[in-house]
Amino acid sequence: MSDTIDRATVQRVARLARLRLSDAEQDSLVDDLQRIVAYVEKLQSVDTSAIQPLVHMTIDAMPARKDVAGQPLGTDKALANAPEAADDAFVVPRVVGS
Amino acid sequence: MANAAELLDTLSLVDCAAAIAAGDVSAEAITGAVLDRIDRFDGQFGALLHVDREGALATAASTDQARKAGAALGPLAGVPVTVKDLISVPGMPLTAASKILRGYEPPFTATVARRLRDAGAVIIGKNNLDEFAMGSSNENSAFGNVANPWAPDRVPGGSSGGSAAAVAAGYGFGSLGTDTGGSIRLPASLCGVVGIKPTYGRVSRYGVVAFASSLDQVGPLALTVDDAALLLSVIGGHDALDSTSATEPLGDLRSGPGSLEGRRIGVPREFLDDAEGLDPGVASCIRGSIDALKSAGATIVDVSLPHTPLAIATYYLVATAEASSNLSRYDGVRFGHRATLAQGEGITDLYERSRGEGFGPEVKRRIMLGTFALSSGYYDAYYERACRVRRLIHDDYVSALKSCDVLVGPTSPVPAWRLGECTDDPLAMYLMDIFTTGASLAGVPAMSVPVGTTQNLPVGLQLIGRHFDEETMIDVARGLEKALNLGVQRPNLDALADESKP
Repeated sequence: MSDTIDRATVQRVARLARLRLSDAEQDSLVDDLQRIVAYVEKLQSVDTSAIQPLVHMTIDAMPARKDVAGQPLGTDKALANAPEAADDAFVVPRVVGS
Repeated sequence: MANAAELLDTLSLVDCAAAIAAGDVSAEAITGAVLDRIDRFDGQFGALLHVDREGALATAASTDQARKAGAALGPLAGVPVTVKDLISVPGMPLTAASKILRGYEPPFTATVARRLRDAGAVIIGKNNLDEFAMGSSNENSAFGNVANPWAPDRVPGGSSGGSAAAVAAGYGFGSLGTDTGGSIRLPASLCGVVGIKPTYGRVSRYGVVAFASSLDQVGPLALTVDDAALLLSVIGGHDALDSTSATEPLGDLRSGPGSLEGRRIGVPREFLDDAEGLDPGVASCIRGSIDALKSAGATIVDVSLPHTPLAIATYYLVATAEASSNLSRYDGVRFGHRATLAQGEGITDLYERSRGEGFGPEVKRRIMLGTFALSSGYYDAYYERACRVRRLIHDDYVSALKSCDVLVGPTSPVPAWRLGECTDDPLAMYLMDIFTTGASLAGVPAMSVPVGTTQNLPVGLQLIGRHFDEETMIDVARGLEKALNLGVQRPNLDALADESKP
């Protein structure tokens, strides 16, 4: 078990991840993450101080394409899957001054 | 003309393409036989989330007309295939097996789907999978489990479980899956089919739902090595629409001598002699295959991948960190599920509630782990440390492959396990990826080839190749297939159908 994870940690991380979790979900995530984090602690056994992190896999420079304008998706297609749209825009709840 | 239903049980993909091109069977008849089989069995297996009956029959009919008119046909003309429902195909919904994408119709065409269609393939429908490709058993789909056609009380493996089950059950002659930490190879092994995870960058990911962008690759599943190689030759190669796709030439994947004479084949001791939790029946099949490789002229070399015991911990930190970022796009604004808000709730409630309602438990678990690993105060100890260990794992593979043409070992530590056996223990499920995550972290190509059975369940051998050298890896697999001379093994679906009758 890892003591790094408690209910407050789960609630803080859920806020960061923009996930609304039920009480039951929070309980099971405390258990699951404690066990998983305890397992990944095995990485602490390696001395990695002299090792460069491997973050990106692309081996060579990414090939550049010619700078030619392509066909954009178009407003109709871009909005076709929107839960709510109006006036060629996505509609969201009031963001400012609410 | 031959009976199409019988051909479905006897032909390989390569044979089927040749039979259609020669006029021995019509594309329409073979497509009809596939649709009949899906109608008959998929209630039991659950390998498909969408079937495009009219579209498939129309494509098949136009292929037959083109052939009669003497038009040049593509290498997959008239051949029925399926694709994992993580890949955008125009005219078909895309769900990623998630409630959050229910009803979504992708406005673009994945490059791999375009290439399949340009080669003449008939796309029958979309395969079930673990939600957002997160799982090793296909029990994380929001739309139901997939059953293994060899034993319907057992899992097909995941996350491309629907793809592997579809190929084993004869829903067409091949499928495209995706592999992030083993998601093509593991189900291929458990369902007794061939599955290839190409080198990172080999196949375009344009139009494919992202899980972990430094790991994800699209690849084929099929009945034989040549079948999978033909599919890879069609979908592989540079794509200007994917900036991470590589320009290295594909090589000749479709034909090769399959000669093992003079090949140097490494056996990592961490995968066999020193492997923990390896099923004895699986180990025995793998040792038998290594003997067959040796008898056919290969030199077997003892090698070490010393950081193998750290691969799963590294993988589950890197992959979940990347997933937590990639899946932030599902916010209820531009597409996908949007929660109904109460009076006075605002934009943050919209994000949190839409995501809380739309994602399933495993996806939430991984977003939480990844967000934790990237969060302030934990980033260095978890995410960055995992990236450093990833370098060590990468260097292990590159170093072992300096002295060998390929590495071999088991794909899965155990044969197909029972549905429900691991679902209460996420960590036990993660450990199924022990032999597959290393090649993913290293970015090298790897594949699974059926090499026998234990307890009447298929066993797959994993081959791992050098970066961008699928050609050698596939040719060794071809040689192994010849040396074992097992022929294509198919589950007896009629017997299953009889058993399930009351």
